Amino acid sequence: MSTLIEVRELVKHFPIKKGIVIQRQIGAVKAVDGVSFDVEQGETLGIVGETGCGKSTTARLLCRLMDPTSGTVSFQGKNVAEQKGDALKALHRDMQMVFQDPYSSLNPRKTVGSIISDPFVIHNLYTGSGERKKRVQELMDRVGLNPEHYNRYPHEFSGGQRQRIGVARAIALEPKLLIADEPVSALDVSIQAQVLNLLRDLQRELGLTLIFIAHDLSVVRHMCDRVAVMYLGKVVELASSDVLYTTPRHPYTGALLSAVPVADPTGGKRERQLLTGDVPSPANPPSACRFHTRCPKAQPLCSDREPMLETKAGGGVAACHYPLTDEEVATRLPAALTRQRVRPASAEPSLPAAETQA
Amino acid sequence: MSDPLFSVEDLRVSFHTDDGVVHAVDGISYTVQAGKTLGIVGESGSGKTVSSLTALGLTRSRRSQIEGRIMFDSQDMVTLEDDQLRQVRGNDMAMIFQDPLSALHPFYKVGSQLVEAMQAHRSLSRSAAKARAVELLDLVGIPDPKRRVVQYPHEFSGGMRQRAMIAMALANEPKLLIADEPTTALDVTVQAQILALLEDLQKRLGMAIIIITHDLGVVAEIADDIAVMYAGRIVERGSADEIFHHPQHPYTWGLLTSIPRLDNPRDEELVPIAGRPPSLINRPSGCHFHPRCPYVQEAHKRVDPRLEAVEGDGGSHVSACLLKTNVRTQIWEGLEAGREPESLQRMASASVGALAPPADASHLNLHGELESDAQLPGEEVQS
Repeated sequence: MSTLIEVRELVKHFPIKKGIVIQRQIGAVKAVDGVSFDVEQGETLGIVGETGCGKSTTARLLCRLMDPTSGTVSFQGKNVAEQKGDALKALHRDMQMVFQDPYSSLNPRKTVGSIISDPFVIHNLYTGSGERKKRVQELMDRVGLNPEHYNRYPHEFSGGQRQRIGVARAIALEPKLLIADEPVSALDVSIQAQVLNLLRDLQRELGLTLIFIAHDLSVVRHMCDRVAVMYLGKVVELASSDVLYTTPRHPYTGALLSAVPVADPTGGKRERQLLTGDVPSPANPPSACRFHTRCPKAQPLCSDREPMLETKAGGGVAACHYPLTDEEVATRLPAALTRQRVRPASAEPSLPAAETQA
Repeated sequence: MSDPLFSVEDLRVSFHTDDGVVHAVDGISYTVQAGKTLGIVGESGSGKTVSSLTALGLTRSRRSQIEGRIMFDSQDMVTLEDDQLRQVRGNDMAMIFQDPLSALHPFYKVGSQLVEAMQAHRSLSRSAAKARAVELLDLVGIPDPKRRVVQYPHEFSGGMRQRAMIAMALANEPKLLIADEPTTALDVTVQAQILALLEDLQKRLGMAIIIITHDLGVVAEIADDIAVMYAGRIVERGSADEIFHHPQHPYTWGLLTSIPRLDNPRDEELVPIAGRPPSLINRPSGCHFHPRCPYVQEAHKRVDPRLEAVEGDGGSHVSACLLKTNVRTQIWEGLEAGREPESLQRMASASVGALAPPADASHLNLHGELESDAQLPGEEVQS
C-alpha cells in the first residue's frame, strides 16, 4: 500500500483581535495544533473527538478549504498548501468532501441535476450534448436516487436522500480521497445505516480512500480501519480499530468509550468513568498535556512536560505519560465491548426447527 | 402494583392543516409508575414528541383535535381548564426540551428564568428564590453556580445549557419529568454526564421520568420500560429487557439491526430499514409499517394489527404485528445469528402462506421458492 496523504505538524490558529480601527491580535484559538498522520491508499481513517477538538478544521485543511498556519499536507507527494490556480483545481478533483448538514450544503435554488453536474461544469467534463445528463443520472442511480428526479429541488427530498445527493456530487469526479464530515449525524437512525452502507459499497467499488469524521464511536468503529482520537487540537491516540476499541491506552479514549451508551440493558453495565466539566477553551488550552485538567490519572508530571505520541502496549500510538493498564481498561469499558457477542457457529439456516416449536 | 402516577389511555391527536388531517398520535396507551423511567423510541415524525406535549396541554389549538384521556394525579389533563393546567405544568409535571438554546430565553439571565419558574407556582421572596436558583444550578452540577446564575444563556456551553434546563424543570420538584431528546445535541461524554445526573436525581427525588429519544443506547442505559412508536402508534411496548432481548416487531428489529453496536463484530453488515417514514396525512393501509417491512405478507396490507400480549412473556410485553409469535421468535433469532434476511423472509411467507393463503397468487410468485420447495416448514406446520 502506498501513502496517499501525509500530514505533518499541521497547525491552524484563528486570531482573536481587539480594537475597531487599529486591530491587534490578543490571542489565538488553537483549533488544530500540531497534527501528524498518514493515510494509506484505500483505507478508512476515522477521526473522533468532542465538539471543538478540531476535527472539522483538520478536514478543511486537508482539502485546502482553509490555509494552514503552518505544517504541511502532502497529497501524493504534492504539498497541498503550495498549489495554486489550475494545479489546485486539479488537486480538488481528487479530493472531495461530504458535509454534515444535508440541508445547508445543497443550494435550495438549484435542481438536483444541476447540483450534481456542477463539478462537470467547473472541470469542463462531459461536454457533449446529453452526456452530462446521462452521467448525472448514472450517479443518481448509483447512490440510490431515482434518476427521473433529475429536475427536482432539494426541498423535495428527505434528509437521507439529500445526503445521497451530497454523496453523488462528491463522487462525480471519481476522486481518490473522500472526506466525510459527520455524514450521518443529522439523520434518523433507520436512515443512517442506509448512508453508511452506501459509503462502504462505494469505497469498495471505486477504491476510495475515506477519511471519516464523527463523534459517534460505534459508527466510527463500524466504518474505519484506523482511528485517530483528537482532543483540543491534538491527536492523543491513533491505532487500528481493533486495538483502539479493545485496549485503549489514552485515558481520554477510555473515557469516551466508557461514555458510549450500549444498546443492551444487561451487557452495558460497567464502572462508568465520567469526565467532569467541559472541554477547556482552545484559546487558552491547559499547559503540557492538555487533558490533565480532566484526567483521572493526572500526576504533577502531566502539567509539566508534554507527552509525545509513542507506541504503547497493544500496537497503537498514544500521547500519555501514564497510559491505561489492561486492568483499568477491563473495569471501565462496557462489559459488552471486551466480551463480544458470540455468533452461533452454525450460520447455516436451520429452517426445520420451525416444526418443533409450532 | 400501585396505581400508576401517569397514564395515557387511547390518546389521539390530530391537526387540521391545509394539506389534510395529520394524525400525529393515533390511539396510544401507556402508564408510568412513580420513580420509574419510561423510554419512548421512534423516528422523527412518529408522534413521540406530540404525545408528551399533549400531556402538558401544549398542543391545544383551534386546529387540533385531542381525544382520549391523560390521567395524572387523578386529573384528566385533556379536559382540564387552562388555568388549572397552568398550575400543574412546570409544578408537578415538567419538561426538558430538545434544544436548550432555543428553549432558554436569550434576553434574560439564567437565574431570572429559574426564579420566574419558581415564583409562578409558589409564593417565595425574590431573595429566597435566588438562593434556591443557585442551589439548583449546584444540584445539576454547574461549577461556580454563584457566578453562573447571573450569566446569560449564550455564555453557557451546550451541556451547561441542558443542565440549566434540567435545573429549571426541577425547580418545583415535579413528580413527573418529561425529557424530550435531552442529549441528542450533546457529545457522548456530556451525554453520559446528563444521563447519570437524571438517574441520580430520580433516586434522590423519587420522580418518574419519560425519556423521548431515537437513540436505543440511551434508553437501554436509563429506561425501565420502553415503548416503540411508529407512525403515531405504539407498535411494541415492554420492559427494557424484553425489548432488547426478544423484540417482537419488525420495526424494533430494524432499529436494533441498523445501528452499529460496539459489542458486535466489526465487519458486520448493517441492515437498514428500507424506505422512509410514511406521511401522517395519507397513512398506509393495514399495518402502517407494511411498505417498509421485509416480512410483509399480502394480508398485512389490509388488516390493521392490534397490540396483543406476547405469548410466553409477562402480560406487560405487547406488540402489534400480524406474524405469528413462533415465526417472529425464529426471525429474531435468525437476525441475532447474522443470517441473511432473504431466508428469514422466506420463513415468514411460508408460515403465513400455510395459515391463510393470500387471495392473489401474484404474491406467491414474488417468493418463487414457495411453490417449488416442498420442504419449507410452514407447510409442514399445517400438516
